Amino acid sequence: MIEIDAITKCYDGQPAVDAVSMTVESGTITAIVGTSGSGKTTLLRMINRLVEPSSGEVRINGQSTREEKPHLLRRRIGYAIQGHGLFPHQTVARNIGTVPRLLGWSKDKVRERVDELLRLFSMEPEEFRDRYPAELSGGQQQRVGVARALASRPDLLLMDEPFGALDPIIRTRAQEDLRQIQQKLGSTIMLVTHDMEEAIRLGDRVAVMDGGKLVQYGTPAEIIAEPASDFVAHMVGDVERPLRLLSLLPLGDLVEEGEAEGEPLPAEASLREALSACLWNGKQAVPVERDGKVVGRVTLDAIRARAGHHG
Amino acid sequence: MSIRTAGRGLSPPGLLFAMLGAAALALPFMTLSPNRIVSGQGVAAWAVAAPGIALPGLAAVLAGLVLGLAAAYPKLRLAGALAGLAGLLWLLSQGAAALLDGAGEYARVSPAAGFWCLGLVLMLQVADAMATLRPGPGLRALLLAAFLAVLAAILWSGLLSDLSVMVEYASRARAFRDATLRHLGLAFGSLAAAGVIGFPLGILCHRQATLRGATLPVLSFLQTIPSLAMFGLMIPILGWVGATFPAARAVGIAGIGFAPAFLALVLYSLLPVVANTVAGLASTPPAALEAARGMGMTAGQRLWQVELPLGLPVILAGLRIVLVQNVGLAVIAGLIGGGGYGTFVFQGLNQTATDLILLGALPTVLLALVAAIVMDILVELARRTPETTP
Ligand SMILES: Nc1ncnc2c1ncn2[C@@H]1O[C@H](COP(=O)(O)OP(=O)(O)OP(=O)(O)O)[C@@H](O)[C@H]1O
Ligand SMILES: [Mg+2]
Repeated sequence: MIEIDAITKCYDGQPAVDAVSMTVESGTITAIVGTSGSGKTTLLRMINRLVEPSSGEVRINGQSTREEKPHLLRRRIGYAIQGHGLFPHQTVARNIGTVPRLLGWSKDKVRERVDELLRLFSMEPEEFRDRYPAELSGGQQQRVGVARALASRPDLLLMDEPFGALDPIIRTRAQEDLRQIQQKLGSTIMLVTHDMEEAIRLGDRVAVMDGGKLVQYGTPAEIIAEPASDFVAHMVGDVERPLRLLSLLPLGDLVEEGEAEGEPLPAEASLREALSACLWNGKQAVPVERDGKVVGRVTLDAIRARAGHHG
Repeated sequence: MSIRTAGRGLSPPGLLFAMLGAAALALPFMTLSPNRIVSGQGVAAWAVAAPGIALPGLAAVLAGLVLGLAAAYPKLRLAGALAGLAGLLWLLSQGAAALLDGAGEYARVSPAAGFWCLGLVLMLQVADAMATLRPGPGLRALLLAAFLAVLAAILWSGLLSDLSVMVEYASRARAFRDATLRHLGLAFGSLAAAGVIGFPLGILCHRQATLRGATLPVLSFLQTIPSLAMFGLMIPILGWVGATFPAARAVGIAGIGFAPAFLALVLYSLLPVVANTVAGLASTPPAALEAARGMGMTAGQRLWQVELPLGLPVILAGLRIVLVQNVGLAVIAGLIGGGGYGTFVFQGLNQTATDLILLGALPTVLLALVAAIVMDILVELARRTPETTP
């Protein structure tokens, strides 16, 4: 658990981060989102003390980060930055092995870990291990950057716009990969983005920053359904809000008895998919199946009612 | 064949070399003088020896220049240049023997303007062909070694021993060896000292902007002091040190000799070493440095594992400047009794013995050339890892 307690950073008397407090549960992804200059990077960098807070403190599992030497603290926290920051003079393997080497792992153990990570990010170790960063595509560089941040199996991973440089398709894939890897490893991730879409898709919790202040901190559904201010509502995008909300809700909740024509949807699919299916087929309802058996249907009216509930 | 395709077949630099070479052939190729001091009489290239001996040499030179015209075949241009140089060597060695024959006991023969110009033109042709061929660092090192081996063999064989400069050498072989050691000591010693002072200073300057702001202008100012003035300045300063501190005198510090020359060279070397160290360290991509910090590298680890390896090519380029510069500047040490090849240059100037000047100047040029090539190879090796894509 990470407790951020009234943390503030001032540059020339101007607060870049202003008394932010939040608690992050272990094993979750927290997305910090906000406009440019809102203090996201500064907040993130205060957690591993790349920036020293002007006041307030951060506690990781109850222990204040101030009790540890900064470089030792940073070795236990994974850190991936925008533009990957790979060392251009070192091979992919050496880059990924940086923190394990700093921690004094044996050569064999480092090599094993590097190969394991490369495979995890679907990059064939034989092919990529000995390449230099300049010999990789932008997306591969980014993945190596994230792999490097994961190398020592840190409990906490800080990521500053890790997918900023990727095109939309690769970006979506990288986000899915990250989700899967996080679930597999159970790590805690704090991720900075200025893209609300990404924050909602990835985050278990979303923290919205504006002008150095934390203006809302909650689940994606809360952020969409009950924006705390006009600013948050604007960030979410007023027009698409009902659709965004529907995409977060599973079909299962609205299943009712009855028949419907057409291809059944699995109960785990989102309401947004159900809506889409109804509109596309021109039907008033779609059948729903669970474990290959049709269990009922979801009607267009029910979906409409759910979307309008908060609107 | 149209004019354009004909033009494409001719190498423009080759054309220039051929014209310059042809003009240089009209200059006196060698001089014959009654003794080592009076200026002699020029002899044209075709008249240095009997036609049967001179003509093959001339033919080789001309053929070399003509081959240099082949734009599409850099290897042919290179081979031509080498053939031309061999022709020059032939003319020089055969000409020296022929001209001295019956010219009197004190007579001297020397290469003259024509020889030097042709030599320069053909060397340029070599450089031009090399620039097209772009041999890798390993091959360049091999070629350099081969060149030095051939040069040593020629000097060893006595092929050129009739030349005046070699006669000067023969009577000073020991002094020449001492001067060589001294020259190398001055050039490399000052480089090492500048490195020992300059690297740490450069690293400190990189870390602290205020120190950098104070240091670099001072070093730039030192660099602007004319070399003669710098060496002259060292005389009173070190003279005073030597006179005041017996311990300093005991290790050889005095107004003239090795110490002031060495110190002057070190002072000149500091700017390139420090400035290039600062520039090299500053060339680290900011994101890489940020990542290094974020992953928990200490300042020392960042310096050794990230900044220095990435800055190495720039730092080595600084050392290259220093080495080539110091090889040349060390000549001036001869003026204040510092030894080295400068001794011969200044003796020669005093005695108006041109060939004695050459005995000092030629090895200096050769040394500077070799130093430049070797350092270039090292810089390229250091640059081997691919650069980041922007
Ligand atoms: N080292 C610094 N010195 C002075 N001001 C700074 C420094 N670092 C950040 N700031 C200021 O603090 C504010 C917050 O910056 P920060 O980098 O945290 O923003 P951000 O939310 O990450 O923005 P972006 O999306 O553009 O990356 C900005 O106004 C910035 O100018
Ligand atoms: Mg930022």
